[in-house]
Amino acid sequence: MDVLHWDGTISVKYFRIGAFAFAQNWENHNSGFPPWSWVCPKHHWLASPEEKGYLSWEKICISRPNEEDVDQISQIDTREEEISCPGNEDVIDDAILVQSSNRELHYYDFHIVYSSTFRVPVLYFRAYCSDGRPFSLDEIEKELPACSAKELSKSKWTFITQEEHPYLKRPWFKLHPCGTAEWMKLLFLSDAAKPKFEVVLELYLLSWFSVVGQVFGLRIPFKISN
Amino acid sequence: MDAQKYLWEGAIPLQIHLHESQVTALPPPPPALILAPRIGYLPLLAPLIKPYFSSTLPPGVDTIWFDYNGLPLKWYIPTGVLFDLLCPEPERPWNITVHFRGYPGNVLIPCEGEDYVKWSFINSLKEAAYIMNGNCKNVMNMSQSDQLELWNSVLNGNLEAYQRVSSKLKLATVDEYTSLCSPKSQQSLGETDLTAQLKTGRVPVRLYLLSVREDFDDLDEVHPIDSWEKISYINRPVEIRKEDKCFSLHDALKTLLPELFSDESLTDVKLSGVDFEDAVRKPNEDVSSDKVMEDQGQNAYKQPEAGHVSSSAEIKLIRIQGIEPKLEIPFSWVANNLINPDHFLHICVYVKVAQ
Repeated sequence: MDVLHWDGTISVKYFRIGAFAFAQNWENHNSGFPPWSWVCPKHHWLASPEEKGYLSWEKICISRPNEEDVDQISQIDTREEEISCPGNEDVIDDAILVQSSNRELHYYDFHIVYSSTFRVPVLYFRAYCSDGRPFSLDEIEKELPACSAKELSKSKWTFITQEEHPYLKRPWFKLHPCGTAEWMKLLFLSDAAKPKFEVVLELYLLSWFSVVGQVFGLRIPFKISN
Repeated sequence: MDAQKYLWEGAIPLQIHLHESQVTALPPPPPALILAPRIGYLPLLAPLIKPYFSSTLPPGVDTIWFDYNGLPLKWYIPTGVLFDLLCPEPERPWNITVHFRGYPGNVLIPCEGEDYVKWSFINSLKEAAYIMNGNCKNVMNMSQSDQLELWNSVLNGNLEAYQRVSSKLKLATVDEYTSLCSPKSQQSLGETDLTAQLKTGRVPVRLYLLSVREDFDDLDEVHPIDSWEKISYINRPVEIRKEDKCFSLHDALKTLLPELFSDESLTDVKLSGVDFEDAVRKPNEDVSSDKVMEDQGQNAYKQPEAGHVSSSAEIKLIRIQGIEPKLEIPFSWVANNLINPDHFLHICVYVKVAQ
């Protein structure tokens, strides 16, 4: 398939394949950080087998570096290739994945779920403190890097929405996916060496997550093997 | 008469009781009797309901929510769909309970006013636009005044105003996509064949499937639903291929619930109460929806065998906008006429599963 004719979306079957590739890649290159796991809920006989399941990454601490904390935090290797926050000129605050710490921590659960409407992955998330109390969007907004907080206040209802998790049936937050196909396509087209279909598939979720992760200030360290 | 006009005029009579925890003065206030538009949403009734109860409410901030037999009602589901889904045997008036405090935030997503409902509606419309047109630019680029007019038309049940604004959005109707005036030149990763993709259109569908474990003959024997766990929600578009001239509702449901529907069982079975010849006759375009909708009322359409795939699951009921359509109806008619203002087709299905 010619990447030029690609619309930026992915089928459900390839989402699943890509998800496994992503989880594998993650484990290989980010040792020390919690792995992503594939969750396959018992949805009984309703959805086709390919559609059942999502990627899960839970109890992740995201913390802004303070002066006192610098010594305790493990630094991450800088990335070789950076993908900038689309349409944003501001400096992205660095967030560091913290393994353990003594102070009050904020935890995030991230789920990557396939959307059959938009034919792209969608990031669902929730935040809570150590006693399990969930955070409201206002509380989460305070923790987001500046460009995200700005986007949130600009598009109050359309950037991050609160919806029912498609599997867990509880209120979760979600990053609205309507622009995803477009920027995914741009991401791959901007690569001068026109990647082959197999490469696109393998790197799809990794590239996708490296962009959406930046909403939370996550800079993913990995070495993309070409 | 235009089917959409019928739909927009459709309403559910509600008898709304104030929850006992909210009653501060005895005797408790009598229930409010309110006619709720099918295509509307329960929280929008707040201005009508509050006057009935304001004198008895405890002081504090009001956040309205409803329950039916203890089940908190999801406010972003249109009122008519909630009724069709949760009342297998239609209950008139529908007795629901209103609360102004104690919002169950662990179960229901927040709704702190009309804006929440409005944005849920607009996001659904965006999703529908994406499904039909391949992008949601038309909705995103609506002018402020158009957006306001569209929302107000839904609030007020004004179909003319709604059609005036929504026609500007140029949302494809089913006949348009099957005749394909705007071919898609791009392909999704993982789609087998570009040409195959060129020939399909997508219809936005939200399907609510209720599985019932008990045996029942009449709908009123079904126990009230006490948990949303018993309802599976499928938000997946139905694809119609251009060459499928006779793509029926049955075909559409088959793509969404392949394990529940099968070809063999439908053609072999003598549909009870309906002559098979009659069922296949297509509705006349000119007479349009009027006659078809009359037919729905007259023929109580039961198809106990039609849903048999295995002995473990059986379709008992399919309901759209309060009617039980014949499965042979062209899906294009259903998709153009029975949609909600958010441009989604909301379908309720009852399935009996083996114990």
